Amino acid sequence: MELVCPAGNLPSLKAAVDNGADAVYIGFRDDTNARHFAGLNFGDKQIQEGLRYARDRKVKVFVAVNTYAQPQGWERWTNAVDRAADLGVDALILADMGVLDYAAERHPELRLHLSVQASATSPAAIRFMHRHFGIRRVVVPRVLSIAQVAHLIKESPVPIEIFGFGSLCVMVEGRCLLSSYATGQSPNTFGACSPAAHVQWSDTPAGQETRLGGILIERRDRDEPAGYPTICKGRYEVEGETRYAIEEPTSLNTLDLLPQIMSAGVAAIKLEGRQRSTRYVSEVTRVWRDAIDSCQRNPAAFKPKADWMDALARVSEGTQTTIGPYERTWH
Amino acid sequence: MPTDINPSTPQRPRLSLGPLLYYWPREQVLDFYAEMIETPVEVIYLGETICSKRRLLRPEDWWDLAERVAASGREPVISTLALIESEGELKTLERQCADRRFLIEANDLAALDFLEGRPFVTGPSINLYNQRTLSFLAARGLKRWVLPVELGRATAIDLLSVRPVGVECEVFAFGRLPLAYSARCFTAYNNGQGKDQCEFRCGEHPDGLLISTQEGKPFLALNGIQTQSAATHSLLASLDDVTALGIDLLRISPQSHDTAEIVRTYAACLSGDLATANGLARLRDLAPGGLVDGYWTGAAGIAATGALTGV
Repeated sequence: MELVCPAGNLPSLKAAVDNGADAVYIGFRDDTNARHFAGLNFGDKQIQEGLRYARDRKVKVFVAVNTYAQPQGWERWTNAVDRAADLGVDALILADMGVLDYAAERHPELRLHLSVQASATSPAAIRFMHRHFGIRRVVVPRVLSIAQVAHLIKESPVPIEIFGFGSLCVMVEGRCLLSSYATGQSPNTFGACSPAAHVQWSDTPAGQETRLGGILIERRDRDEPAGYPTICKGRYEVEGETRYAIEEPTSLNTLDLLPQIMSAGVAAIKLEGRQRSTRYVSEVTRVWRDAIDSCQRNPAAFKPKADWMDALARVSEGTQTTIGPYERTWH
Repeated sequence: MPTDINPSTPQRPRLSLGPLLYYWPREQVLDFYAEMIETPVEVIYLGETICSKRRLLRPEDWWDLAERVAASGREPVISTLALIESEGELKTLERQCADRRFLIEANDLAALDFLEGRPFVTGPSINLYNQRTLSFLAARGLKRWVLPVELGRATAIDLLSVRPVGVECEVFAFGRLPLAYSARCFTAYNNGQGKDQCEFRCGEHPDGLLISTQEGKPFLALNGIQTQSAATHSLLASLDDVTALGIDLLRISPQSHDTAEIVRTYAACLSGDLATANGLARLRDLAPGGLVDGYWTGAAGIAATGALTGV
């Protein structure tokens, strides 16, 4: 099972490589990828250096071009595909059918992975994308239980990659418009959920407030930690009560499930967090490398070590982690 | 409105009725469609698109309704599930797509696998964002696409300028906006239950469960696994614009009350029998959560133009 790690810049890429990633995924500096944040991502020079660094250590580099192109900016997406092909990256991670169609026609030799943002959750969806675009791997959205993932692997024409750790999307990826409802910009159209320019934090007598596009999405006591300001993890009034109506500010950690993930035949496990620090990348990569190696040696005896869990908890967003949708009771 | 036919004048858009997104009692659903086939909607989308556990109407019942819609001179379209998770859901979808009596609306990529090679519609949860996706799907049988709701007039103009012959464009023109889908049932979650023990609590919320900000402002509506806007999206203030652009269909999304009146209001405004300002005044009384149209203008979906709000 391949360990696929995030990198938002060159130091993080090197940290992922040094700590045991099998592959690192990155993006260009624009809205063609779903972590379009200021100061993040790669220019051609950094990619070339990163590719050299990774290749010398037998680590692959994937490039995500996984947002949805609109007619006005179409060339940015085709240019991104061409650049990735020219750079000789190991795989392109795509979501948009139009971009996939372009990449498959223009660069038939290029290895294509279907991004989680494509929202393919069933064998039929994967068959369709495989038939037309020759995709060679699918990253599946965080909506399936581990039993459903295992079934999907049996039926899918291509290997399956799943998210194992990091920030948890509560909604099926690629079809969540909550961010653009409040701000006009979504992961699909802009490459970011809750873009920073639309977020306001303020200290008020009623508590610390977070607004997105002017809309109050959270008001909390001063001693409560503030997570990434997404609508799905805000606190609202429902039937006279104030609560987390969609999801609590948790993040995903599937370390407990690792033996089941492996026995299901998952081809690759992805760690979320291209927007996070180099320290985060080092820590999560190191722990997951260690855990995967340990589980591969003896799956029956696998139990997450306390120091792994502590290390992951220290870098997790919010205070709690969850197995999320992989466990049926979450649904 | 000019009465002479000028070939360069785009035709007025037709009205469609989107799929019922909520879980109403069976009798209410049957009564609702009996009423709808007396209104000026020309296309009616039928079927469960949100949750496979909702079975007060089975696929056979929806097909029966489709026959009745067809007999009324309207076009029925069978709508399919927006998020496929289980093998059972996939089998139901395959069976729906194998039935060739009616046009089918795909709401998940899985449906495209089954529908390829015959005429189909893509609903708002199929990500058709650009010209290449449009031409790719048209070559596979696309006859009509519903513009994803976060895309506005600028993208519509670009897509319409290159659309393949015979492919129609439909836009979401009235209703709470479909914004997101999840593995989790939020209605059950807010009752302290999991989806497997949901007790069909979504049936208690005929227009979704309202959630408001901590300042008391209506924000979202939870409808099972779907999250909607609490406000009602409406393109009524932009009817001249959508007509001039050549949009073929305007979708009215069903709500639990006054849908027929809303359809008639749109029809009267389109035909020029009712002034838009009067139509809007009527809508403001009928739409839950206030009116918004931000997505159409390229703004946040929750924004509203002055023309819409009347302020």
